[in-house]
Amino acid sequence: MKLRYFAWVRERIGKPEEDIEPPVDVATVAELIAWLAGRGEEYAYAFENPKVIRAAINKSHVKPDTRIAGAGEIAFFPPMTGG
Amino acid sequence: MTVQTTVRIQREPFDVAAETKKLTQGRDDAGAVVTFTGICRGAEGTEPIAALTLEHYPGMAEAEIERHVAEAVSRWPLIGVTVIHRHGRIVPGEDIVMVVTVSSHREAAFAAAEFLMDYLKTRAPFWKQVEKVGGKTWVEAKATDDAAAERWKAPGRAAAE
Repeated sequence: MKLRYFAWVRERIGKPEEDIEPPVDVATVAELIAWLAGRGEEYAYAFENPKVIRAAINKSHVKPDTRIAGAGEIAFFPPMTGG
Repeated sequence: MTVQTTVRIQREPFDVAAETKKLTQGRDDAGAVVTFTGICRGAEGTEPIAALTLEHYPGMAEAEIERHVAEAVSRWPLIGVTVIHRHGRIVPGEDIVMVVTVSSHREAAFAAAEFLMDYLKTRAPFWKQVEKVGGKTWVEAKATDDAAAERWKAPGRAAAE
């Protein structure tokens, strides 16, 4: 699946997107965040406070307990500040 | 008659008067136009700002705004809606976002414009980075913006989510 990062999540990880295959036991958005946080210092920094991280699957907002099976694109970003 | 809606995300400046005219010309049922324009301020408190840079999620940003325009159209008797949001680097005095709502009467036009702006602040995937003398920082989301968006939820819906 493709992961995309925006704003300070992107800056902390150091790249805007990547293709990734998480282990099969990573079933939800929250579990994916926890797994990503263990991939290195930059990921640990980006996901140090999972409560503030927002996620979208296939360009729709989702909650942390949403299952990721079948997702083509998952994006992580801080709370929005547009307008 | 179908409701005329336009959603655009662009780097270039926009022309509020021209966009408004597109919604109202040639029709006699438009009794009220509300326009909102969000402008880049030159300071945050007493600290001067050099520029704002707006990042967005291409594809999702358009879809989110279109979804909320459709919700506004279903909730109020609107004739036309235009939402344009800029991205990229914007300097103080420049426009960031515009919302135009047209209806036969003012109540619907005012309410729909406010609803759309409250949702744009909290649900549309845009992020503001502010440039000051000391460097660049990301604008943090405000609880007051979340509260403003919450009040538009239908009764009982908040508890179900």
